[in-house]
Amino acid sequence: MNILVCLKQILDPEIPARDFRIDPIKREAERGAANLVTNIFCENALETALQLRERIGDAKITVLSYGAPTVEDALRKALAMRADTAALVVNDGHPHPDPLAVAHVLSAAMRKLGAFDLIMAGREAGDWGAGQTGGLIAEELGLPCIAFVDRIEAVNGKLRLKRQTDSGWELLEAEPPVVVTITNNEHNVPRIPKVRDVMMSYRQPLTTWTLDDLGINTDEARAGNSYYEVADLFIPQKETRCEFVTGETLEEKVEAFAKRIVEVTGAL
Amino acid sequence: MNNVVICLFASAGFDKSAQGLAGAGRRLADELGGQLRAIVVGANAAALGTQVACVADTVSLADQAELAEYQPETYLKALVSLCRDLAPHAVLLANDTYSQEIAPRLAYRLGGSAVGDGVEVRVEGEVLRVSRQIYGGKAQAVIELKRTPAVVWLRARSFAPAPPRTEAGEIKQVALELQSDTRTRIIERQREELNEARLEEARVIVSGGRGIGGPEPFTAELKPLAELMGAQMAASRAACDAGWVPPTWQVGQTGKKVSPDLYLAIAITGASQHIVGISEAKNVAAINIDPDAPIFKHCRFGIVEDYHKVVPLLRAKLAALQK
Repeated sequence: MNILVCLKQILDPEIPARDFRIDPIKREAERGAANLVTNIFCENALETALQLRERIGDAKITVLSYGAPTVEDALRKALAMRADTAALVVNDGHPHPDPLAVAHVLSAAMRKLGAFDLIMAGREAGDWGAGQTGGLIAEELGLPCIAFVDRIEAVNGKLRLKRQTDSGWELLEAEPPVVVTITNNEHNVPRIPKVRDVMMSYRQPLTTWTLDDLGINTDEARAGNSYYEVADLFIPQKETRCEFVTGETLEEKVEAFAKRIVEVTGAL
Repeated sequence: MNNVVICLFASAGFDKSAQGLAGAGRRLADELGGQLRAIVVGANAAALGTQVACVADTVSLADQAELAEYQPETYLKALVSLCRDLAPHAVLLANDTYSQEIAPRLAYRLGGSAVGDGVEVRVEGEVLRVSRQIYGGKAQAVIELKRTPAVVWLRARSFAPAPPRTEAGEIKQVALELQSDTRTRIIERQREELNEARLEEARVIVSGGRGIGGPEPFTAELKPLAELMGAQMAASRAACDAGWVPPTWQVGQTGKKVSPDLYLAIAITGASQHIVGISEAKNVAAINIDPDAPIFKHCRFGIVEDYHKVVPLLRAKLAALQK
């Protein structure tokens, strides 16, 4: 089985709010002290792929990303987690292309890489969180798409997918090729690569393409904003003053706390 | 051409989300000087069609056996076909699992643009501008959609419902040709039984985070407290990822967005991704051992103590106050 996992490198979204800054002119977050990390849902996707390969044995995992040259680090880490091959499309156009532009580039790269039975993406990214890449790739490639999957099994040449819904879960059967977007659960927490594999990952080849290599060279494609554009970006100012309950003893404090609960909920 | 379409699924009924969607659709249609048109898909969908007709100008009703249960490819085809007939300026959906799954693909097939998780929709000239939170709620962006139709999925529950029409809108039955797509199929559905009622509708929520430390205190300590308060239980992503509670309990950016009268956060630090899920709560209160926990920045009131000590006492005090 040929599996492709899309990875996005982002500014660490766990950075504390007090350290988070934006550039209102460029309408983008400022790098500041934040680290660059692989989007967690992409790592959940890779982990899901690795476990699937462990179960079925005969599978090859390719990781693919589109972004700045720094994205090589994210791909090396994926190789250290034991993905088989990696490809990077270096973005020399708009620094933050819209979801359709991203899906278009990734799909073009996939066509060049070969045929895949299973294409995986994170459900959304921790930075802009558009949640569209998977669905739009499916449309670019003419494939079906299933979102919010957290477990995949291969059964009789078909894929059996478990996915989360608002009220519980669903089991789906899909005939490859198919696109899935992955969400987190307790079973796909990304593994920590072994030190030896981290070292080995730097010796592995990494395919690097430019947009020109993919035949994507119109001004519109490079601009990457024909689908949508960020018109404004700001940090909302909202601060609530917390009233800390007081008392001489723990009991007095809890009593005050209980009274406040009853006040805001009415009679319970 | 300036009409607004809302997409509703019969299986969900005319719930708070569908009502909010209709309200958002009506206000947008007024701004654009167009009509509000509803699309209803499902089987036995007539009841929902009639309800929606009280607030929408027209209802396109695809009420057929092939649509009895949601299947991604079939529902997508149905929505594409119904939207093409109506040639709208904007298409609005709620932010349930199914809508999120198909909205970007719907936009693609209609030649439009999509954006999701919107908290506000405005019109600038004829262009739609959608406000949404990014970086886990640390910033807010306004996205301008550059293609028509503009397909937007919204946090529909937080929008006010639409005013009723003086007379019901016209209901048009549409019979769609739908060959079933066998490439994907939902073969089993399971509702989590632990949390029967919807978290999104809960009036009081007791929620636990990483600091709870394991699955046992959720059942031994938080559950009796929740029962006493008539509250539903929820959790942070950390507690769900640890496998302590089911993923359906998760509140936050990629979990449920809740709007209770009281959200009691126990041993939850309050990462911005979690705060996104509770920004509509009327009151947030927290029990946390760390006075600098970010959760307190969003609290009406709080107590800085170990929850192990507070919760049993709190149960006793609340029980006494109830008498």
